[in-house]
Amino acid sequence: MNPMNYVYLSALLFSIGASGVLLRRNAIVVFMCIELMLNATNLAFVTFARMQGNLDGQVIAFFVMVVAAAEVVVGLAIIVTIFRTRRSASVDGANLLKY
Amino acid sequence: MTTSDAGGVLSLGWLLIAAPLFGAAVLLLGGRRTDKWGHLLGTAMPALSFVVALVQFIALLGRDAEDRAVSSRLYSWIEVGGLKVDVGLLLDPLSMCFVLLVTFVGTLIHIYSIGYMEDDRDRRRFFGYLNLFVAAMLLLVLANSYLVLYVGWEGVGLASYLLIGFWSFNSSYAAAAKKAFIANRVGDFGLSIAIMIMFVQFGGVSFDEVFGAADGASEGVLTAIGLMLLLAACGKSAQFPLQSWLGDAMAGPTPVSALIHAATMVTAGVYLVVRSAPIFNGAPDAQLVVVIVGAITLVFGAIIGCAKDDIKKALAASTMSQIGYMMLAAGLGPVGYVFAIFHLLTHGFFKAGLFLGAGSVMHGFNDQVNMRRFGGISTVMKITWVTFGLGWLAIIGVPPFSGFWSKDKIIESAFEGSGWQPWVFGLTALVGAGITAFYMTRLFFMTFHGERRWTDEVHPHESSLIMTVPLMVLAVGSALLGLVLGPTGWIQDWLAPVVGEPAEESSVLSVAVITTVALLLVAAGVALAYAMYLRQRVPVTAPVGSVLTRAARQDLYQDTVNEALLMRPGQYLTRSLVYVDNRGIDGAVNGLAALVGGTSGRLRRLQTGFVRSYALSMFAGAALVVGAMLLVRL
Repeated sequence: MNPMNYVYLSALLFSIGASGVLLRRNAIVVFMCIELMLNATNLAFVTFARMQGNLDGQVIAFFVMVVAAAEVVVGLAIIVTIFRTRRSASVDGANLLKY
Repeated sequence: MTTSDAGGVLSLGWLLIAAPLFGAAVLLLGGRRTDKWGHLLGTAMPALSFVVALVQFIALLGRDAEDRAVSSRLYSWIEVGGLKVDVGLLLDPLSMCFVLLVTFVGTLIHIYSIGYMEDDRDRRRFFGYLNLFVAAMLLLVLANSYLVLYVGWEGVGLASYLLIGFWSFNSSYAAAAKKAFIANRVGDFGLSIAIMIMFVQFGGVSFDEVFGAADGASEGVLTAIGLMLLLAACGKSAQFPLQSWLGDAMAGPTPVSALIHAATMVTAGVYLVVRSAPIFNGAPDAQLVVVIVGAITLVFGAIIGCAKDDIKKALAASTMSQIGYMMLAAGLGPVGYVFAIFHLLTHGFFKAGLFLGAGSVMHGFNDQVNMRRFGGISTVMKITWVTFGLGWLAIIGVPPFSGFWSKDKIIESAFEGSGWQPWVFGLTALVGAGITAFYMTRLFFMTFHGERRWTDEVHPHESSLIMTVPLMVLAVGSALLGLVLGPTGWIQDWLAPVVGEPAEESSVLSVAVITTVALLLVAAGVALAYAMYLRQRVPVTAPVGSVLTRAARQDLYQDTVNEALLMRPGQYLTRSLVYVDNRGIDGAVNGLAALVGGTSGRLRRLQTGFVRSYALSMFAGAALVVGAMLLVRL
């Protein structure tokens, strides 16, 4: 199979994730879209590693997973706290930190 | 002359300064606690200095003439790079003269002030300032370097300022104090510049170093130093063109006028010129300027003195004129130095006596000063009348009173030399003597003789003994000091080691002719004043008078000139500078700040708090970077 197909898939997934982040209001959905973007990049890394015959991309994919796991822990905790105080997880509602 | 190190009583020079300084410190720091006995301590300290000075004087008399300069090094003051200044005292015949004058007249005036200031709540503060003045004046005359002299110079200026403005609740008195301070500051710049030139050119500022190097120095350097020293002397001694402060300085209490603005401080300029003799001897141009300044001032002061109705201001004008005589003599070089100092000493006595006499009259007249409201006091204030009369005879130069011996000598020296100078300066000095006789006689007759023109509420009475005893002592000095020092040649011998023997120069007129003409002019001045102010009635309100009289009442427009030439342009300059500062410099700085503030205020609005808009801008930014990288094929 042509490895470029994986790259196309990765680009598609990244675009879906990015539009989700920009368009959805629910923090949980935004969060999942971010995960989608991270996994799209992981797919791109692994594909490029395969294409280049070089393991660097695969190693970096592991790093991304570790960072994503850590981010999920902190991010979900924040979202839960916000939900508890505001009874809503809308990202537009939490806009107190501004000028 | 060689300078030897001090030993025995001569090493006690520091005590002369320390005693009044101690008095000033106790009285000024002690506050109201010292009110009860402050004036006694304040009088005892200069008296102690006088006793020490007298003992030292006798010790100096016991030495050979060549061995009478004694220096003592106190401590090392400044050691920076090439500048090394030791604080040291130089006790030689010249400074001895001053020390005796300052401490003796100073002590008498302290005693007089006990009575004069009796009703003043702040008498203790007054004595504190007087002691401070005595200490600073002694430091000035005892210093062995120009820098230490400068300390004393500023010290007497400070004391003068504090005492002129002693009654500073009166705003015009406070303004007079400021005027004196500022006019003096102009002169002080001259002294500091002179000291800087000395350091740059000679590498030191002590008298030994400067005078040692002055022999080999170029005439240009010496002239520059001489002119700067003259500027300093003009400020301190109220000489033309810095003379305007002296008349207003009469705002101070009368003992202050007697001590500071007649007998001692204002003569510091003459001391400076005579002390710097080795510099002036090498700079004939500077000497000529000194003589011209002296000649102008002596006529200037004399003319003003003729028109003033305020007794203290008339005496102030006379002081200015007499110091003009001293300056003239000091500028003549070795022929005149001795007589400048001689006149300074006799003047210190008779002018202090005259001022204290005026103070005694004012004391009896509820502090009135208008001579048109005096008259006929001779019968009610006998002691003041007699002592003032002796001072009057001394200042107008009637033989055998002291002013005759000193002033006549100055006139004689002014006639020595060749060319146009002896004629111009000699005749100026002669005419000045005549005018002096006129205005002092006018003052004397208007105050003590003629009909009584008193205001209704005054009841003149003789002052208490504590005020009249100093008057009597000063009157004896006014009468006899000249006779003791002058014709015996003692003062010439005493000062010769310091200022040198005058070279015999031919006079353009014979001494007998000069003395005769001088006495005739004095007689004419007295006669004119007699005709105008004793034979005729003195009107209570001043008549309009001639143009010259009106000008003289306005101090010959010296304030107007200063105002037009210096004050107004200065004000315009500062105002325009303030304008430029406010609008130009501050405008640019504040404008820049406003610009940055305004811009950031607008930029702040980008922080909306909406996470999604931040995400969009990050996304757009990342896309832009990637696009740009693709575009340049990185």
